[in-house]
Amino acid sequence: MVTLALTDSELRQRAWDAAATVVDPEIPVLSIADLGVLREVSVKDGRVEVAITPTYSGCPAMTMITLEIELALERVGIPDADVRTVLAPAWTTDWMSEEGRQKLKAYGIAPPLPASGRRALFGAQKVACPQCGSVDTEVLSEFGSTSCKALWRCKSCREPFDYFKCH
Amino acid sequence: MASASIQIGDDPLFLCALRRADDALILGHRLSEWCGHAPMLEEDMALANIALDLLGQARELYSYAAKVEGRGNDEDRLAYLRDERQYRNLLLLEQPNGDFARTMVRQLFYSAFADPYWRAMMNSSDPTLAAIAAKSEKESAYHLRHSSEWIIRLGDGTAESHRRAQEAIEHLWAFTGEMFEADAGERGLIDAGIAIDPASLREQWQSTVSAVLTEATLTQPTNPWMQQGGRGGRHSEHLGHLLAELQYTQRAFPGLTW
Ligand SMILES: [Zn+2]
Repeated sequence: MVTLALTDSELRQRAWDAAATVVDPEIPVLSIADLGVLREVSVKDGRVEVAITPTYSGCPAMTMITLEIELALERVGIPDADVRTVLAPAWTTDWMSEEGRQKLKAYGIAPPLPASGRRALFGAQKVACPQCGSVDTEVLSEFGSTSCKALWRCKSCREPFDYFKCH
Repeated sequence: MASASIQIGDDPLFLCALRRADDALILGHRLSEWCGHAPMLEEDMALANIALDLLGQARELYSYAAKVEGRGNDEDRLAYLRDERQYRNLLLLEQPNGDFARTMVRQLFYSAFADPYWRAMMNSSDPTLAAIAAKSEKESAYHLRHSSEWIIRLGDGTAESHRRAQEAIEHLWAFTGEMFEADAGERGLIDAGIAIDPASLREQWQSTVSAVLTEATLTQPTNPWMQQGGRGGRHSEHLGHLLAELQYTQRAFPGLTW
């Protein structure tokens, strides 16, 4: 094992920077830091602890994300980190960074609207098409290719697109 | 030895978490049976997505129940090693999928309850239950909207879709009363602010269901007789068949892992 002559805060920063490079396996343009899934990195008695939070209860990516964090930390000389999943406070799309929203849009996925919109039983949401920007769009299915996405269609450019659901 | 069936205890907090875990697992399993069989691709994905949400909720709840119980069980042992009499889910949720209308009516009846239930449970004085509730509440809002829209489309659709939706309502109605029950053990948790009284949600449930059925031009049955038993471990014949499929691998190959 590599012995690091680092202060706790340097170690913490090194661990955060490494963990923040891990991407969501289902939306590889977003890092777990962009998503707000990476909650906290701390150092206790010289040992790194990483706290992550699931986007959805059944998110199948969490196991892979945990593994990727362990590997990323190992590559920067931190082989025995403790990666924990925390449930509270519950993840919300409002935690997604502005940079993350721009990356999503550039990738062709409409970024989430503010989470307050989800409570309307028969919602009249205005989602802009990530291709042409038109808001003349309609939902095809609330449940898309992954837990976090819905399937929409643009009536202006006729292209279907994914919408990252507000949550 | 790992395949020996588990007998559950009677700690109220354990049972409270277990009941909700069983609800989520059993309904999630039923929905997963549609995978590859739904009427259209979008719906196949939707049902699998909802099943996945429920499975995620079940896992958190089982893990917590096992921790509360403190007998060395875990989420897998609780799910795979209990016989039907040890299950505490609502009878409604183990009823077979039937046609698409029956699956959607079952979902509406449950989601119209689960959505306000989890919202209220976010205020539980038990931090783990409150945290699980905060995630489940977000998910159940989508499940409720999805099933509501389908019931309206089916009820206000063709004569055939209307007939099937109405038939499903008549068939499942008697299973809805059980949602609002709480036994003596759970009463103690309600008094302590750990659980909420499911009976307090009846009015809201009724108003959601009425609004959807009215818009769908469907009729709510007036028969007040309600079936019960699931919360006490007395199930319909369907649960045993479901568990045979769900548990087969762990029973045949005890302790098998991926
Ligand atoms: Zn467009």
